Amino acid sequence: MKQDGVVIVGAGQAGFQVAASLRMEGFEEPIALIGDEPSLPYQRPPLSKGFMLGKQDIEGTALRPLAFYENHRIELVTGTKVTGIDRMSRAVSVASGRNLRYDTLVLAVGARNRMLPVKGAELDGVCYLRTDAEAVEIRQRLEQARDVVVIGGGFIGLEMAAAACALGKSVRVLEVQSRLMPRVVSQILSDFYRDVHTGQGVGISLGVSLSEIRGDQGKVSEVVLSDGSRWPADLVLVGIGVVPNIELAREAGLGVANGIVVDEQLRTEDESIYAIGDCADHPNPFAGGRVRIESVQNAVDQAKCIAAAIVGRAENYRAVPWFWTDQFDIKLQMAGLSSGHDRVVARGEPESRKFSAFYFREGRLAAVDSVNRPGDHLAARKLIGAGTEITPEQAGDPSVDLKSLVG
Amino acid sequence: MSLFGKKQIDTAAVTYISYAGETRQVAVPIGDSVMEGAIKNGIDGIVAECGGACQCATCHVYVDEAFLGLLNPMQEDEDEMLNTTRCPRRPNSRLGCQIPVTKQLDGLIVRTPEAQQ
Repeated sequence: MKQDGVVIVGAGQAGFQVAASLRMEGFEEPIALIGDEPSLPYQRPPLSKGFMLGKQDIEGTALRPLAFYENHRIELVTGTKVTGIDRMSRAVSVASGRNLRYDTLVLAVGARNRMLPVKGAELDGVCYLRTDAEAVEIRQRLEQARDVVVIGGGFIGLEMAAAACALGKSVRVLEVQSRLMPRVVSQILSDFYRDVHTGQGVGISLGVSLSEIRGDQGKVSEVVLSDGSRWPADLVLVGIGVVPNIELAREAGLGVANGIVVDEQLRTEDESIYAIGDCADHPNPFAGGRVRIESVQNAVDQAKCIAAAIVGRAENYRAVPWFWTDQFDIKLQMAGLSSGHDRVVARGEPESRKFSAFYFREGRLAAVDSVNRPGDHLAARKLIGAGTEITPEQAGDPSVDLKSLVG
Repeated sequence: MSLFGKKQIDTAAVTYISYAGETRQVAVPIGDSVMEGAIKNGIDGIVAECGGACQCATCHVYVDEAFLGLLNPMQEDEDEMLNTTRCPRRPNSRLGCQIPVTKQLDGLIVRTPEAQQ
Protein backbone atom coordinates (compact mmCIF):
# COMPACT_ATOMS: atom_id res chain seq x y z
CA MET A 1 0.00 0.00 0.00
CA LYS A 2 1.27 3.46 -0.87
CA GLN A 3 1.60 5.81 2.04
CA ASP A 4 4.94 7.58 1.97
CA GLY A 5 3.80 9.96 -0.72
CA VAL A 6 6.02 12.32 -2.66
CA VAL A 7 9.34 13.79 -1.62
CA ILE A 8 10.53 16.73 -3.69
CA VAL A 9 14.19 17.71 -3.53
CA GLY A 10 14.60 21.34 -4.49
CA ALA A 11 12.17 24.11 -3.54
CA GLY A 12 12.61 26.39 -6.54
CA GLN A 13 9.98 27.11 -9.14
CA ALA A 14 9.82 23.48 -10.35
CA GLY A 15 9.73 21.82 -6.94
CA PHE A 16 7.16 24.26 -5.63
CA GLN A 17 4.94 23.72 -8.66
CA VAL A 18 4.96 19.94 -8.25
CA ALA A 19 3.64 20.31 -4.70
CA ALA A 20 1.03 22.90 -5.67
CA SER A 21 -0.14 20.98 -8.74
CA LEU A 22 -0.39 17.69 -6.84
CA ARG A 23 -2.78 19.27 -4.36
CA MET A 24 -4.75 20.89 -7.19
CA GLU A 25 -5.00 17.42 -8.75
CA GLY A 26 -6.55 16.13 -5.53
CA PHE A 27 -3.51 14.14 -4.42
CA GLU A 28 -4.08 13.25 -0.73
CA GLU A 29 -0.86 11.54 0.34
CA PRO A 30 2.01 13.26 2.17
CA ILE A 31 4.15 15.78 0.29
CA ALA A 32 7.54 16.97 1.54
CA LEU A 33 9.27 19.86 -0.23
CA ILE A 34 12.92 20.16 0.75
CA GLY A 35 15.05 23.18 -0.16
CA ASP A 36 18.56 24.20 0.85
CA GLU A 37 17.79 27.92 0.93
CA PRO A 38 16.28 29.46 4.08
CA SER A 39 13.48 31.46 2.44
CA LEU A 40 10.01 30.46 1.42
CA PRO A 41 10.07 29.28 -2.22
CA TYR A 42 10.36 32.34 -4.42
CA GLN A 43 10.50 33.51 -8.03
CA ARG A 44 13.96 34.09 -9.41
CA PRO A 45 13.16 36.23 -12.50
CA PRO A 46 12.46 39.45 -10.57
CA LEU A 47 15.82 39.26 -8.78
CA SER A 48 17.68 40.66 -11.79
CA LYS A 49 14.80 42.87 -12.91
CA GLY A 50 12.15 44.45 -10.66
CA PHE A 51 13.99 43.80 -7.41
CA MET A 52 17.35 45.02 -8.72
CA LEU A 53 15.68 48.22 -9.93
CA GLY A 54 14.04 48.78 -6.55
CA LYS A 55 10.52 48.34 -7.93
CA GLN A 56 9.78 45.23 -5.92
CA ASP A 57 10.78 44.15 -2.41
CA ILE A 58 12.36 40.79 -1.71
CA GLU A 59 9.37 39.49 0.25
CA GLY A 60 7.27 40.15 -2.83
CA THR A 61 9.13 37.42 -4.72
CA ALA A 62 7.67 34.63 -2.52
CA LEU A 63 5.57 32.27 -4.61
CA ARG A 64 3.07 31.76 -1.77
CA PRO A 65 2.76 32.81 1.87
CA LEU A 66 3.66 30.31 4.59
CA ALA A 67 -0.01 29.61 5.27
CA PHE A 68 -0.35 28.09 1.80
CA TYR A 69 1.91 25.19 2.74
CA GLU A 70 0.13 24.62 6.03
CA ASN A 71 -3.30 24.81 4.44
CA HIS A 72 -2.32 22.35 1.72
CA ARG A 73 -0.49 19.94 4.04
CA ILE A 74 2.80 20.44 2.24
CA GLU A 75 5.68 19.82 4.62
CA LEU A 76 8.10 22.60 3.72
CA VAL A 77 11.64 21.84 4.87
CA THR A 78 13.82 24.89 4.23
CA GLY A 79 17.52 25.46 4.78
CA THR A 80 18.15 21.75 4.48
CA LYS A 81 20.52 19.92 2.18
CA VAL A 82 19.69 16.43 0.99
CA THR A 83 22.79 14.29 1.39
CA GLY A 84 21.82 11.02 -0.24
CA ILE A 85 19.21 8.83 -1.86
CA ASP A 86 18.74 5.21 -0.82
CA ARG A 87 16.88 3.77 -3.79
CA MET A 88 16.54 0.31 -2.22
CA SER A 89 14.60 1.53 0.79
CA ARG A 90 13.17 4.53 -1.06
CA ALA A 91 14.37 7.21 1.31
CA VAL A 92 16.37 10.41 1.18
CA SER A 93 18.65 11.51 3.97
CA VAL A 94 19.11 15.12 4.95
CA ALA A 95 21.95 16.92 6.68
CA SER A 96 20.29 16.75 10.10
CA GLY A 97 20.40 12.95 9.91
CA ARG A 98 16.68 12.56 9.31
CA ASN A 99 15.41 10.14 6.67
CA LEU A 100 12.30 10.80 4.59
CA ARG A 101 10.70 7.84 2.86
CA TYR A 102 9.00 8.22 -0.52
CA ASP A 103 6.87 6.36 -2.98
CA THR A 104 7.79 8.92 -5.62
CA LEU A 105 10.88 11.11 -5.56
CA VAL A 106 11.18 14.30 -7.59
CA LEU A 107 14.60 15.78 -8.23
CA ALA A 108 14.11 19.47 -8.91
CA VAL A 109 17.62 20.29 -7.80
CA GLY A 110 18.29 23.07 -10.30
CA ALA A 111 21.64 24.43 -11.32
CA ARG A 112 24.36 26.56 -9.82
CA ASN A 113 26.40 29.40 -11.21
CA ARG A 114 29.46 28.63 -13.23
CA MET A 115 32.39 30.13 -11.37
CA LEU A 116 34.90 32.41 -13.01
CA PRO A 117 38.16 30.51 -13.49
CA VAL A 118 40.56 33.44 -13.29
CA LYS A 119 42.98 34.86 -10.80
CA GLY A 120 41.30 37.34 -8.49
CA ALA A 121 37.83 35.83 -8.77
CA GLU A 122 37.79 35.39 -5.00
CA LEU A 123 38.20 39.12 -4.30
CA ASP A 124 35.59 40.97 -2.28
CA GLY A 125 33.22 42.68 -4.71
CA VAL A 126 33.07 39.86 -7.27
CA CYS A 127 29.45 38.73 -7.12
CA TYR A 128 27.18 36.14 -8.70
CA LEU A 129 23.40 36.17 -8.86
CA ARG A 130 21.12 33.21 -8.38
CA THR A 131 19.57 33.38 -4.93
CA ASP A 132 17.53 36.02 -3.13
CA ALA A 133 20.37 36.47 -0.63
CA GLU A 134 22.82 37.16 -3.46
CA ALA A 135 20.37 39.62 -5.02
CA VAL A 136 20.05 41.51 -1.73
CA GLU A 137 23.83 41.67 -1.42
CA ILE A 138 24.31 42.93 -4.97
CA ARG A 139 21.55 45.51 -4.49
CA GLN A 140 23.32 46.81 -1.36
CA ARG A 141 26.70 46.90 -3.06
CA LEU A 142 25.20 48.76 -6.02
CA GLU A 143 24.26 51.61 -3.69
CA GLN A 144 27.96 52.28 -3.04
CA ALA A 145 29.41 51.23 -6.38
CA ARG A 146 30.60 53.60 -9.07
CA ASP A 147 32.24 51.44 -11.73
CA VAL A 148 30.47 48.18 -12.44
CA VAL A 149 31.96 45.55 -14.73
CA VAL A 150 29.60 42.79 -15.87
CA ILE A 151 31.25 39.59 -17.06
CA GLY A 152 29.01 37.74 -19.50
CA GLY A 153 26.64 39.23 -22.08
CA GLY A 154 23.78 36.76 -21.62
CA PHE A 155 20.35 37.36 -20.11
CA ILE A 156 21.47 37.66 -16.50
CA GLY A 157 24.51 39.77 -17.26
CA LEU A 158 22.58 42.17 -19.46
CA GLU A 159 19.67 42.44 -17.02
CA MET A 160 22.12 43.30 -14.25
CA ALA A 161 23.87 45.77 -16.56
CA ALA A 162 20.57 47.45 -17.42
CA ALA A 163 19.64 47.72 -13.74
CA ALA A 164 23.05 49.09 -12.74
CA CYS A 165 22.88 51.61 -15.57
CA ALA A 166 19.37 52.68 -14.57
CA LEU A 167 20.74 53.24 -11.05
CA GLY A 168 23.26 55.68 -12.50
CA LYS A 169 26.38 53.51 -12.43
CA SER A 170 29.12 53.45 -15.01
CA VAL A 171 28.73 49.99 -16.57
CA ARG A 172 30.96 47.91 -18.86
CA VAL A 173 29.85 44.50 -20.18
CA LEU A 174 32.54 42.01 -21.24
CA GLU A 175 31.51 39.15 -23.53
CA VAL A 176 33.88 36.49 -24.84
CA GLN A 177 31.80 35.78 -27.96
CA SER A 178 31.52 38.19 -30.87
CA ARG A 179 27.92 39.17 -30.05
CA LEU A 180 25.47 39.48 -27.13
CA MET A 181 23.28 36.56 -25.98
CA PRO A 182 24.96 34.29 -28.55
CA ARG A 183 23.54 31.07 -27.14
CA VAL A 184 19.90 32.04 -27.56
CA VAL A 185 19.27 34.73 -30.14
CA SER A 186 20.40 35.49 -33.68
CA GLN A 187 22.64 38.24 -34.96
CA ILE A 188 19.75 40.65 -35.63
CA LEU A 189 18.74 40.54 -31.95
CA SER A 190 22.33 40.68 -30.73
CA ASP A 191 22.96 43.80 -32.79
CA PHE A 192 19.71 45.38 -31.63
CA TYR A 193 20.58 44.81 -27.96
CA ARG A 194 24.10 46.15 -28.40
CA ASP A 195 22.55 49.36 -29.74
CA VAL A 196 20.00 49.50 -26.91
CA HIS A 197 22.68 49.17 -24.25
CA THR A 198 25.19 51.52 -25.81
CA GLY A 199 22.37 54.02 -26.40
CA GLN A 200 21.79 54.03 -22.64
CA GLY A 201 25.47 54.50 -21.94
CA VAL A 202 26.48 50.91 -21.18
CA GLY A 203 29.89 50.06 -22.62
CA ILE A 204 29.98 46.77 -24.49
CA SER A 205 33.18 44.87 -25.26
CA LEU A 206 32.72 41.85 -27.51
CA GLY A 207 35.15 39.06 -28.33
CA VAL A 208 37.30 39.80 -25.31
CA SER A 209 38.79 37.38 -22.82
CA LEU A 210 39.61 37.91 -19.24
CA SER A 211 43.15 37.79 -17.93
CA GLU A 212 42.67 38.51 -14.25
CA ILE A 213 40.84 40.56 -11.67
CA ARG A 214 43.01 42.76 -9.54
CA GLY A 215 42.31 44.06 -6.10
CA ASP A 216 43.46 46.47 -3.48
CA GLN A 217 43.55 45.19 0.10
CA GLY A 218 41.32 42.28 -0.81
CA LYS A 219 38.74 44.42 -2.59
CA VAL A 220 38.27 44.34 -6.34
CA SER A 221 39.74 47.35 -8.15
CA GLU A 222 40.06 46.48 -11.84
CA VAL A 223 39.45 43.86 -14.49
CA VAL A 224 42.31 43.09 -16.86
CA LEU A 225 41.74 41.63 -20.34
CA SER A 226 44.11 39.37 -22.25
CA ASP A 227 44.99 42.22 -24.62
CA GLY A 228 46.22 44.18 -21.63
CA SER A 229 43.35 46.66 -21.48
CA ARG A 230 42.00 47.40 -18.02
CA TRP A 231 38.60 48.42 -16.73
CA PRO A 232 38.30 50.01 -13.29
CA ALA A 233 35.74 48.24 -11.11
CA ASP A 234 34.49 48.46 -7.57
CA LEU A 235 31.83 45.85 -8.31
CA VAL A 236 32.14 42.89 -10.69
CA LEU A 237 28.95 41.02 -11.55
CA VAL A 238 29.45 37.60 -13.10
CA GLY A 239 26.83 35.90 -15.28
CA ILE A 240 28.58 33.22 -17.33
CA GLY A 241 26.00 30.48 -17.21
CA VAL A 242 25.16 27.63 -14.89
CA VAL A 243 26.02 23.99 -14.34
CA PRO A 244 23.28 21.49 -13.45
CA ASN A 245 23.31 19.91 -10.01
CA ILE A 246 23.79 16.28 -10.98
CA GLU A 247 25.88 15.04 -8.06
CA LEU A 248 23.05 13.68 -5.90
CA ALA A 249 21.64 11.69 -8.85
CA ARG A 250 25.05 10.43 -9.90
CA GLU A 251 25.87 9.23 -6.40
CA ALA A 252 22.55 7.37 -6.40
CA GLY A 253 23.61 5.58 -9.57
CA LEU A 254 21.23 7.41 -11.90
CA GLY A 255 22.28 8.33 -15.40
CA VAL A 256 23.68 11.81 -15.89
CA ALA A 257 24.90 13.64 -18.97
CA ASN A 258 24.09 17.30 -19.63
CA GLY A 259 21.94 17.05 -16.51
CA ILE A 260 19.99 14.21 -14.94
CA VAL A 261 18.89 11.92 -17.76
CA VAL A 262 15.12 11.37 -18.07
CA ASP A 263 12.77 9.92 -20.69
CA GLU A 264 9.86 11.51 -22.57
CA GLN A 265 7.78 11.41 -19.39
CA LEU A 266 10.60 12.96 -17.33
CA ARG A 267 11.32 9.73 -15.46
CA THR A 268 14.86 8.64 -14.64
CA GLU A 269 15.87 5.03 -15.17
CA ASP A 270 14.42 4.39 -11.68
CA GLU A 271 10.66 4.48 -12.26
CA SER A 272 10.06 5.98 -8.80
CA ILE A 273 12.26 8.99 -9.53
CA TYR A 274 11.59 11.96 -11.79
CA ALA A 275 13.88 14.87 -12.60
CA ILE A 276 12.50 18.22 -13.79
CA GLY A 277 13.45 21.84 -14.36
CA ASP A 278 16.95 23.26 -14.88
CA CYS A 279 18.60 19.93 -13.97
CA ALA A 280 16.69 17.67 -16.37
CA ASP A 281 18.35 16.41 -19.57
CA HIS A 282 15.16 15.49 -21.43
CA PRO A 283 14.00 14.65 -24.96
CA ASN A 284 12.16 17.70 -26.27
CA PRO A 285 10.15 17.60 -29.52
CA PHE A 286 10.85 21.29 -30.11
CA ALA A 287 14.60 20.75 -29.87
CA GLY A 288 14.61 17.74 -32.14
CA GLY A 289 16.66 15.93 -29.52
CA ARG A 290 17.73 16.00 -25.91
CA VAL A 291 18.06 19.34 -24.19
CA ARG A 292 18.26 21.00 -20.81
CA ILE A 293 16.22 24.18 -20.49
CA GLU A 294 16.69 26.88 -17.85
CA SER A 295 13.40 28.73 -17.66
CA VAL A 296 10.31 29.35 -15.57
CA GLN A 297 8.11 27.88 -18.30
CA ASN A 298 10.07 24.64 -18.42
CA ALA A 299 10.06 24.35 -14.62
CA VAL A 300 6.32 24.96 -14.36
CA ASP A 301 5.22 22.82 -17.28
CA GLN A 302 7.46 19.89 -16.38
CA ALA A 303 6.13 20.06 -12.83
CA LYS A 304 2.54 19.98 -14.07
CA CYS A 305 3.37 17.09 -16.41
CA ILE A 306 4.69 14.85 -13.65
CA ALA A 307 2.01 15.89 -11.13
CA ALA A 308 -0.53 14.59 -13.66
CA ALA A 309 1.52 11.41 -14.06
CA ILE A 310 1.66 10.82 -10.31
CA VAL A 311 -2.13 10.93 -10.12
CA GLY A 312 -2.39 8.49 -13.03
CA ARG A 313 -2.39 10.61 -16.19
CA ALA A 314 1.09 10.06 -17.58
CA GLU A 315 1.79 11.79 -20.87
CA ASN A 316 4.89 12.76 -22.79
CA TYR A 317 6.22 16.22 -22.04
CA ARG A 318 5.55 18.46 -25.03
CA ALA A 319 5.03 22.04 -23.88
CA VAL A 320 6.27 24.80 -26.17
CA PRO A 321 9.38 26.40 -24.63
CA TRP A 322 9.19 30.13 -24.01
CA PHE A 323 11.40 32.68 -22.28
CA TRP A 324 11.60 36.36 -21.61
CA THR A 325 14.01 39.08 -20.62
CA ASP A 326 13.36 42.68 -19.64
CA GLN A 327 16.16 45.17 -20.21
CA PHE A 328 15.49 48.89 -19.95
CA ASP A 329 12.07 49.44 -21.56
CA ILE A 330 12.48 46.56 -24.01
CA LYS A 331 10.50 43.38 -23.61
CA LEU A 332 12.03 40.39 -25.42
CA GLN A 333 9.88 37.27 -25.57
CA MET A 334 11.07 34.07 -27.16
CA ALA A 335 8.93 31.12 -28.25
CA GLY A 336 10.30 27.77 -29.41
CA LEU A 337 13.95 26.78 -29.71
CA SER A 338 15.94 28.35 -32.53
CA SER A 339 18.96 26.02 -32.38
CA GLY A 340 19.85 24.61 -35.77
CA HIS A 341 17.80 27.16 -37.70
CA ASP A 342 18.71 27.74 -41.34
CA ARG A 343 16.71 30.87 -42.09
CA VAL A 344 15.71 34.03 -40.19
CA VAL A 345 12.96 36.38 -41.33
CA ALA A 346 12.25 39.74 -39.69
CA ARG A 347 8.74 41.07 -39.18
CA GLY A 348 8.88 44.81 -38.59
CA GLU A 349 11.96 47.01 -38.41
CA PRO A 350 14.47 46.93 -35.56
CA GLU A 351 14.65 50.75 -35.82
CA SER A 352 11.02 50.92 -34.70
CA ARG A 353 11.95 48.92 -31.55
CA LYS A 354 8.98 46.66 -32.33
CA PHE A 355 9.88 43.63 -34.41
CA SER A 356 10.04 39.85 -34.40
CA ALA A 357 12.56 37.39 -35.82
CA PHE A 358 11.09 34.16 -37.19
CA TYR A 359 13.47 31.18 -37.27
CA PHE A 360 12.91 28.36 -39.74
CA ARG A 361 14.47 24.92 -39.60
CA GLU A 362 14.10 22.81 -42.76
CA GLY A 363 11.16 24.91 -43.87
CA ARG A 364 9.27 24.71 -40.59
CA LEU A 365 8.83 27.47 -38.04
CA ALA A 366 11.10 26.62 -35.09
CA ALA A 367 11.13 29.76 -32.99
CA VAL A 368 10.12 33.42 -32.81
CA ASP A 369 11.87 36.19 -30.87
CA SER A 370 9.66 39.22 -30.32
CA VAL A 371 10.78 42.68 -29.26
CA ASN A 372 7.91 44.73 -27.86
CA ARG A 373 5.47 42.68 -29.95
CA PRO A 374 3.74 40.51 -27.32
CA GLY A 375 0.92 39.72 -29.72
CA ASP A 376 3.41 38.06 -32.09
CA HIS A 377 4.85 36.10 -29.17
CA LEU A 378 1.56 34.69 -27.97
CA ALA A 379 0.52 33.83 -31.53
CA ALA A 380 3.92 32.21 -32.13
CA ARG A 381 3.52 29.95 -29.11
CA LYS A 382 0.27 28.69 -30.58
CA LEU A 383 1.66 28.31 -34.11
CA ILE A 384 4.72 26.38 -32.90
CA GLY A 385 2.71 24.26 -30.50
CA ALA A 386 0.22 23.25 -33.16
CA GLY A 387 2.89 22.77 -35.82
CA THR A 388 0.97 25.14 -38.08
CA GLU A 389 2.43 25.63 -41.54
CA ILE A 390 3.61 29.17 -42.09
CA THR A 391 5.84 30.35 -44.92
CA PRO A 392 8.76 32.75 -44.47
CA GLU A 393 6.86 35.16 -46.73
CA GLN A 394 3.82 35.14 -44.44
CA ALA A 395 6.03 35.56 -41.40
CA GLY A 396 7.75 38.59 -42.87
CA ASP A 397 4.55 40.31 -43.99
CA PRO A 398 3.09 42.40 -41.13
CA SER A 399 -0.25 42.56 -42.96
CA VAL A 400 -0.71 38.80 -42.43
CA ASP A 401 -2.65 38.30 -39.20
CA LEU A 402 -0.76 35.61 -37.29
CA LYS A 403 -3.73 34.90 -35.05
CA SER A 404 -5.83 33.98 -38.08
CA LEU A 405 -3.31 31.27 -38.99
CA VAL A 406 -3.69 29.56 -35.63
CA GLY A 407 -5.95 26.59 -36.21
CA MET B 1 2.35 33.83 15.32
CA SER B 2 3.90 34.18 11.94
CA LEU B 3 7.49 33.10 11.56
CA PHE B 4 8.22 36.37 9.88
CA GLY B 5 6.65 38.74 12.38
CA LYS B 6 3.22 40.31 12.01
CA LYS B 7 3.04 43.54 10.10
CA GLN B 8 -0.12 45.58 10.05
CA ILE B 9 -0.97 45.67 6.37
CA ASP B 10 -3.69 47.72 4.76
CA THR B 11 -5.90 45.67 2.53
CA ALA B 12 -8.78 46.11 0.13
CA ALA B 13 -11.59 43.64 -0.41
CA VAL B 14 -11.60 42.05 -3.85
CA THR B 15 -14.34 39.72 -5.04
CA TYR B 16 -13.56 37.10 -7.66
CA ILE B 17 -16.47 35.51 -9.48
CA SER B 18 -15.67 32.37 -11.45
CA TYR B 19 -17.18 31.44 -14.80
CA ALA B 20 -19.34 28.92 -12.96
CA GLY B 21 -20.59 31.69 -10.66
CA GLU B 22 -18.62 30.80 -7.54
CA THR B 23 -17.92 33.97 -5.56
CA ARG B 24 -14.98 34.56 -3.20
CA GLN B 25 -14.08 37.76 -1.44
CA VAL B 26 -10.55 38.11 -0.10
CA ALA B 27 -8.51 40.85 1.55
CA VAL B 28 -5.68 41.83 -0.79
CA PRO B 29 -2.79 43.90 0.58
CA ILE B 30 -2.59 47.38 -0.96
CA GLY B 31 0.04 47.27 -3.67
CA ASP B 32 -0.43 43.59 -4.50
CA SER B 33 -2.01 42.96 -7.88
CA VAL B 34 -5.42 41.49 -8.59
CA MET B 35 -3.53 38.46 -9.95
CA GLU B 36 -1.52 38.05 -6.73
CA GLY B 37 -4.68 38.34 -4.67
CA ALA B 38 -6.08 35.35 -6.54
CA ILE B 39 -2.93 33.22 -6.58
CA LYS B 40 -2.13 33.75 -2.90
CA ASN B 41 -5.65 32.79 -1.92
CA GLY B 42 -5.87 29.75 -4.15
CA ILE B 43 -8.56 31.15 -6.39
CA ASP B 44 -8.90 29.08 -9.54
CA GLY B 45 -9.63 30.82 -12.79
CA ILE B 46 -6.36 32.74 -12.87
CA VAL B 47 -3.26 30.84 -13.98
CA ALA B 48 -0.48 33.45 -14.03
CA GLU B 49 2.08 31.29 -15.80
CA CYS B 50 4.74 33.98 -15.77
CA GLY B 51 4.26 35.07 -12.17
CA GLY B 52 3.16 38.59 -12.91
CA ALA B 53 5.64 39.85 -15.49
CA CYS B 54 3.04 40.67 -18.15
CA GLN B 55 4.36 37.90 -20.38
CA CYS B 56 1.68 35.27 -20.72
CA ALA B 57 -1.88 36.69 -20.65
CA THR B 58 -3.16 33.91 -18.37
CA CYS B 59 -4.52 36.26 -15.68
CA HIS B 60 -7.27 37.68 -17.87
CA VAL B 61 -10.19 39.17 -15.89
CA TYR B 62 -13.37 41.07 -16.67
CA VAL B 63 -13.58 44.08 -14.37
CA ASP B 64 -16.96 45.12 -13.02
CA GLU B 65 -18.00 48.27 -14.91
CA ALA B 66 -18.44 50.31 -11.74
CA PHE B 67 -14.67 50.13 -11.12
CA LEU B 68 -13.36 50.68 -14.63
CA GLY B 69 -12.83 54.39 -14.11
CA LEU B 70 -10.74 53.78 -10.98
CA LEU B 71 -8.15 51.53 -12.63
CA ASN B 72 -4.64 52.51 -13.61
CA PRO B 73 -4.42 53.14 -17.36
CA MET B 74 -3.50 50.25 -19.63
CA GLN B 75 0.00 50.11 -21.11
CA GLU B 76 0.65 49.21 -24.73
CA ASP B 77 1.96 45.69 -24.05
CA GLU B 78 -1.04 44.75 -21.92
CA ASP B 79 -3.32 46.12 -24.62
CA GLU B 80 -1.61 44.00 -27.27
CA MET B 81 -1.59 40.85 -25.15
CA LEU B 82 -5.29 41.15 -24.43
CA ASN B 83 -5.88 40.58 -28.14
CA THR B 84 -4.53 37.05 -27.75
CA THR B 85 -6.32 35.81 -24.66
CA ARG B 86 -7.98 32.41 -24.75
CA CYS B 87 -11.45 33.84 -24.06
CA PRO B 88 -12.82 36.84 -25.97
CA ARG B 89 -11.61 40.30 -25.11
CA ARG B 90 -14.34 42.68 -23.93
CA PRO B 91 -14.21 46.41 -23.20
CA ASN B 92 -13.72 45.58 -19.50
CA SER B 93 -10.92 43.06 -20.07
CA ARG B 94 -7.66 43.54 -18.16
CA LEU B 95 -4.70 41.43 -17.10
CA GLY B 96 -4.88 40.90 -13.34
CA CYS B 97 -1.13 41.30 -12.92
CA GLN B 98 -1.34 44.85 -14.26
CA ILE B 99 -3.93 46.08 -11.72
CA PRO B 100 -2.33 47.06 -8.42
CA VAL B 101 -4.90 47.08 -5.64
CA THR B 102 -5.45 50.53 -4.12
CA LYS B 103 -7.61 51.85 -1.30
CA GLN B 104 -9.96 53.30 -3.92
CA LEU B 105 -10.49 49.82 -5.31
CA ASP B 106 -11.86 48.46 -2.02
CA GLY B 107 -14.87 46.38 -2.98
CA LEU B 108 -13.54 45.61 -6.48
CA ILE B 109 -15.34 42.85 -8.36
CA VAL B 110 -13.68 40.87 -11.16
CA ARG B 111 -14.99 37.94 -13.15
CA THR B 112 -12.67 35.25 -14.46
CA PRO B 113 -13.15 33.80 -17.95
CA GLU B 114 -14.04 30.20 -18.74
CA ALA B 115 -10.40 29.38 -19.56
CA GLN B 116 -6.98 31.04 -19.59
CA GLN B 117 -4.97 28.60 -21.69
